[in-house]
Amino acid sequence: MSATAESVQERRAALKGLGTSRKRVEDARFTQGKGNYVDDIKLPDMLFGDFVRSQHAHARVKSIDTSAAIELPGVIAVLTAKDLEPLSLHWMPTLAGDKQMVLADGKVLFQGQEVAFVVAEDRYIAADAVDLVKVEYEELPVLVDPFKAELPDAPILREDIADEKEGAHGARRHPNHIFTWEQGDKAGTEAVIGEADVVAEEMVYYHRTHPCPMETCGSVASMDKVNGKLTLWGTFQAPHVVRTVASLLSGIAEHNIRVVSPDIGGGFGNKVGVYPGYVCSIVASIVTGQPVKWVEDRMENLSATAFARDYWMQGKIAATKEGKILGLWCHTTADHGAFDACADPTKYPAGFMSICTGSYDIPTAYLAVDGIYTNKAPGGVAYRCSFRVTEAAYFIERMIEVLAIKLNMDAAELRAKNFIRKDQFPYQSALGWEYDSGDYHTAWDKALDAVGYKQLRAEQAQQVEDFKAGKTRKLMGVGLCHFTEIVGAGPVKNCDILGMGMFDSCEIRIHPTGSALARLGTISQGQGHATTFAQILASEIGISADDITIEEGDTDTAPYGLGTYGSRSTPVAGAATAMAGRKIRAKAQMIAAYLLEVHDNDLEWEVDRFVVKGAPERFKTMKEIAYASYNQAIPGVEPGLEAVSYYDPPNMTYPFGAYICVMDIDVDTGEAGVRQFYALDDCGTRINPMIIEGQVHGGLTEALAIAMGQEIAYDELGNVKTGTLMDFFIPTSWETPNYQTDYTETPSPHHPIGAKGVGESPNVGGVPAFSNAVNDAFRAFGLTHTHMPHDHWRIWQTANKLGLHN
Amino acid sequence: MSKQTISLNVNGKSVTAKAEPRELLIHVLREQLEITGPHIGCETSHCGACTVEIDGMSVKSCTLFAVQAQGKEITTIEGLGDPDKLHVLQEKFKEHHGLQCGYCTPGMITRAHRLLKENPSPTEEDVRFGIAGNLCRCTGYQNIVKSVMAAAEELNNKEATT
Repeated sequence: MSATAESVQERRAALKGLGTSRKRVEDARFTQGKGNYVDDIKLPDMLFGDFVRSQHAHARVKSIDTSAAIELPGVIAVLTAKDLEPLSLHWMPTLAGDKQMVLADGKVLFQGQEVAFVVAEDRYIAADAVDLVKVEYEELPVLVDPFKAELPDAPILREDIADEKEGAHGARRHPNHIFTWEQGDKAGTEAVIGEADVVAEEMVYYHRTHPCPMETCGSVASMDKVNGKLTLWGTFQAPHVVRTVASLLSGIAEHNIRVVSPDIGGGFGNKVGVYPGYVCSIVASIVTGQPVKWVEDRMENLSATAFARDYWMQGKIAATKEGKILGLWCHTTADHGAFDACADPTKYPAGFMSICTGSYDIPTAYLAVDGIYTNKAPGGVAYRCSFRVTEAAYFIERMIEVLAIKLNMDAAELRAKNFIRKDQFPYQSALGWEYDSGDYHTAWDKALDAVGYKQLRAEQAQQVEDFKAGKTRKLMGVGLCHFTEIVGAGPVKNCDILGMGMFDSCEIRIHPTGSALARLGTISQGQGHATTFAQILASEIGISADDITIEEGDTDTAPYGLGTYGSRSTPVAGAATAMAGRKIRAKAQMIAAYLLEVHDNDLEWEVDRFVVKGAPERFKTMKEIAYASYNQAIPGVEPGLEAVSYYDPPNMTYPFGAYICVMDIDVDTGEAGVRQFYALDDCGTRINPMIIEGQVHGGLTEALAIAMGQEIAYDELGNVKTGTLMDFFIPTSWETPNYQTDYTETPSPHHPIGAKGVGESPNVGGVPAFSNAVNDAFRAFGLTHTHMPHDHWRIWQTANKLGLHN
Repeated sequence: MSKQTISLNVNGKSVTAKAEPRELLIHVLREQLEITGPHIGCETSHCGACTVEIDGMSVKSCTLFAVQAQGKEITTIEGLGDPDKLHVLQEKFKEHHGLQCGYCTPGMITRAHRLLKENPSPTEEDVRFGIAGNLCRCTGYQNIVKSVMAAAEELNNKEATT
């Protein structure tokens, strides 16, 4: 018997299924420089498009003179809003129910806005022609501060909708006001806050930043006028949605449009939206009859395609004097820029900001979010985040620290006192979410033990004494964070984008010789889908992951899906993969029963085969079944072995984690060095530990960037001050620490394999951990809260204001 | 603008291209010579995605006009290994998960290749300093550093046994 048991284990290992640190199948082409990204696409007679952009943040466009540009040899066309208007393409719908100018229609509303599109034979001629387009502007007063948007002297930005009292998300009280979104119990929360022993208040600002993937956004459009077919390659995190939107906008029937996302050089939310460049490349290809490529440069990327965050979160948190939290109140002023182009599910204009009660059992809560127009670039995308979860997690994890200061209590103890207990799951939050599962205390205790939390606090206290005694000029911060995410959007009943339900899909074909092809509605941007989805399937259908090809991103072949963002690929498409695999297995069972001449119910599944119960020597492997499915006439069973699943998840998933950052701060220079970073993630069932660890390293580094220096900053005239990688902080290998990763495993009860998603957790949890470390370093000197990003200059200023340089 | 003919040796092959004096080397490599391994991430010399080797030095090929490369020997990621025999660095990046989206990878490996020529036994600090001109947004560098260290070790072991 032991030999049989061993062979079961060996056969299971050979599948390289769930839980295996399988090496990535994508890496062969990437390490050899053979990836195929948008800018690698080269078609015969391909033209290049480039934008004339506004240097003003707010101005009327008096005239556009394209004559000199058109006369330049090699220039084929120059498009302006006037050219797009007859096609009704001078404006386009945003994902948030607003509309956005494709090319400036009478005025410009942010610096870098697209004004005209030049099409030329090569990129150099296009750039020359851009300089030859003469635009006459009349400058208008600029609005950059969302808190001044509704003052009597505020300029009206969106004259096109100035008189509309109702927007896509309800009543508008001012032309510069987009929506007010309220959740929870306002009166109840205010009553609790009015009566509580202790109330801590703070304005927590999560500054404007940008996903800034290594590859910028771009597209290649090719209109085949002979066959009436449009092919569009592009940096699309949601290719199927792009196809539908392109069809609705252009009037080309959807079956005549093929959208392809080739290899994508990182997305992080930047590539979810639809940009003017995509629309202009399509129109230019239709007009010229030639393929047209548009690829933005880095400055265009940072100043014109989707920013992230920019949430001013005013908070109040009420507790008993023993530290039991009673209520949470939050009012957020959300700076959306010139157009509301947030990429949120329709019913959630502030995304999942209402997860802001975090990991805590808070009986009463209220959240209101006001969306405001300013003269800044549109966006508000989920930068490595599930729709404003980053903002929510940062808010609550700062408020907890502020409350701990007010209570004069240890912040780790305060968290533990208020965690939702294991026995409370599924847990109904005060703001309306049903948390599916969790075990926060176990994770927290493991994290505190791993870093030696008590010793760290003792060391910190000693260092404060030494500092006061003049023995050191360094301080030490311990940054704590326990975050809960909400990912995997989502149930179609709650979640849609532009009316399209947020299911996802997988279609599987088993080939006669027992290998397989699976296609999904998602698209990898570095997450390794071709590796991990094959692992899910391998465990379901007993075919080695090495014998399964995963394809995504070509709308002509892949089943419809809503794409990859908001950590939804594993929770939704991963579930579809498992469910489609189960359909394959169900048919395989019927075939095996026929071949073995037993009843279906007399068979049991064992790794890669169906075995007759009680007769282990009688079995049919999946490989044998695959061959028979095509080549043997089986009464009542169609030939072939294929399945498709469109999965509508019953709930979101709720990954969580416990992060601790130990930071050393030089009070005189403001330099901050990460001494230790411990990250415990619970993403439910773990598909590929190697890839999970890689995702955590990467997400933490993006969190380091955001917390410690990365920012899209504007001056009072609306000039972008951080438009290049000289000014926009991306950590190098030199600034980036090593991370220590760990895990607990609490499977999701409703997901077919219990997986929850992990790609965004480290960004969601990392930012508060880094920021809390900086704030904590100065707690002993009276600091309650200081805003991110914590670059050296700002840290120095904090120390200076606290009198530590005296 | 008039084009000049330039002769280059790219990955061991003599090639010619026609370029205006203002054309950047990265554009000529990618658009005329079909060398699409080096990528464009910024065109301002910050990100390193376009890194190639020119006469034994790491060069960000968006920093150089193509005409400045006249007569030079250029090695790109395409010249480091081939599908039947990958370079040790390519093997180690795969083994240690030193890449995710793959966009920075050709430049990163090409840079690491030169680094190990200059310093065959680097410390972790040497590696971190040595590749700091190449940005990555996915990996947090930890596994890149691991891959480069592992490649150094294997190359040194091979050296020792031959």
